[in-house]
Amino acid sequence: MKRTRGEKIFNVVNLAFLGGVALVALYPFVYVMLASMTCPTKDGREWTFKAYELVLGNPEIMTALGNTALRTVLATALTLLVSCLAGYALARKTLPHRGMVLFLILFTMIFNGGIVPNYLLIRNLGLIDSIWSLVLPLLVSAFNLIIIKNFFQQIPESLTEAARVEGASETAILFRIFLPLSMPVLATVALWTAVMHWNQWFDAMLYIYNDDKQVLQTLLQRIVIQNSTAMQDRVRTGLDISRLTPESVKAATVMVTVLPIAMLYPFVQRYFVKGILLGGVKE
Amino acid sequence: MTAPRSGSILTTYRRHKELLLLLLPSMVLLVLFNYVPMVGLVLAFKDYMASLGMVRSPWVGLENFQRLFASEDFPRALRNTATISLLRLTFGFVAPIVLALMLNEVRVSWFKRGVQTLTYLPYFLSWVILGGMFLMLLGSEGPVNWLVQAAGHSPVSFLSNGAWFIVTIILTGIWQSAGYGAVIYLAALAGIDPNLYEAAAIDGAGRWKQTRHVTLPCLAPTIVVLLILSLSNILNAGFDQIYNMFNPMVYDVGDIIDTYVLRRMVYQDFGLATAAGLFKSVIGLLLVVSANGAARRLSGGEHGIW
Repeated sequence: MKRTRGEKIFNVVNLAFLGGVALVALYPFVYVMLASMTCPTKDGREWTFKAYELVLGNPEIMTALGNTALRTVLATALTLLVSCLAGYALARKTLPHRGMVLFLILFTMIFNGGIVPNYLLIRNLGLIDSIWSLVLPLLVSAFNLIIIKNFFQQIPESLTEAARVEGASETAILFRIFLPLSMPVLATVALWTAVMHWNQWFDAMLYIYNDDKQVLQTLLQRIVIQNSTAMQDRVRTGLDISRLTPESVKAATVMVTVLPIAMLYPFVQRYFVKGILLGGVKE
Repeated sequence: MTAPRSGSILTTYRRHKELLLLLLPSMVLLVLFNYVPMVGLVLAFKDYMASLGMVRSPWVGLENFQRLFASEDFPRALRNTATISLLRLTFGFVAPIVLALMLNEVRVSWFKRGVQTLTYLPYFLSWVILGGMFLMLLGSEGPVNWLVQAAGHSPVSFLSNGAWFIVTIILTGIWQSAGYGAVIYLAALAGIDPNLYEAAAIDGAGRWKQTRHVTLPCLAPTIVVLLILSLSNILNAGFDQIYNMFNPMVYDVGDIIDTYVLRRMVYQDFGLATAAGLFKSVIGLLLVVSANGAARRLSGGEHGIW
């Protein structure tokens, strides 16, 4: 198609603007990365990985990293398991009270008890300072259940007929026929669940008081957002800190939290996008 | 569809025992962690005393709500929540549409993909991380203030001056979510029938006219539905972002319902905190239900969250 001059000008302006957008999107990360890897000297800044040595050598941060990893893996595995079981039952039209159960599930998307009743429940269950307080309340999400149920419903009945004739149980059909066919949607759910748990900080702020049980995001919040100097000093003790500013320690802590997601991101991007589009999910 | 009823409910249960067992773990968790807390909302009508517990604490009727509206902080939080939400809606809603339209005009696919990838990355990071990054970027010694000073102005207190705080919240909010929002519009754009563009081109429409007369009308239903649905979210002003970026100096404009509830809770004022939370949940529920109804009516039953 031939282009008019106006269109050519538009193209250039458009590309330039979007290039600017990309730079603005990227700049904060570049800045924090540079801040984490340099420190000020008399004549400018010099490269150093001291901040990373401090952060990665800090037992509290390492414990928190481990707790976050554990929580993420545990929650993702259990979410997938429980959601697949329920999604399968919900996909079957013969399930007793199916309509009512679906309503109960969907209603949780638009109404909830709020933080005080949730906090009191966790306390009454004795889950304060337990990793289960971070895993169990988020395990059943209406969103995941509906996505998986909808996908299972699209699997043609003809695929399961033979197995049924042979007397296979529902559980066997779920694990041998449904799950292998559902890998893309399960990968999407798994990824979103994992990222959600990796990023959670609010629940741990409310439910975890013991520093040995704390998660990375909540610790990061104390160091970077609440700017707790006590925390920062604890990270900085024991090593030569003469030339390391609190800024670079903070920046390095941020980077340690960002990196796992940023490194995973290019490989699993399409599942992220798929998850966004599934956001338009409906009954 | 409806099979003739044979036997009692128990027989039905027995026949579907396996399906019910598969459903059981989810139902137990759903009831325990979603419906039990809803029952806990009765605290809004009680004077909670830790020594008596939830059940035996005395009823006080609407006293908590009266205290709430008589206080200075809650009406302010309500106002701030509405203001911030409306500003987000005004500026934040348009940004992903513009971004999607501009990306849609790009014919160089690696460039398009690259820009998209970079713009929706922040959506997958927590506001603890992003808030921490912005505290560094916007501090008095940060790069943004170098620029401000290089331009000959005195440094700006982005996070401790009320008006600047709101500007910062809105702009960083757009920075975080515009790329994510654009994905939905790009999918809608990809679904437009190419024949429409060809027909328009044959009629002599340039790209600008094609955008006005083909793209925008095709995008309109998606825009309207998303707009209505985000209206129903007006009491959610973005807790994660605000909590990680604000400080007592900007409570006047930045304290929202959720941060207020959290503060009451930290002070062990459970009755008041629950009342505020309940107020928000009920209004939110009414808004979502009516917005969803409106979205469905407007789109002929095509759209809506359920």
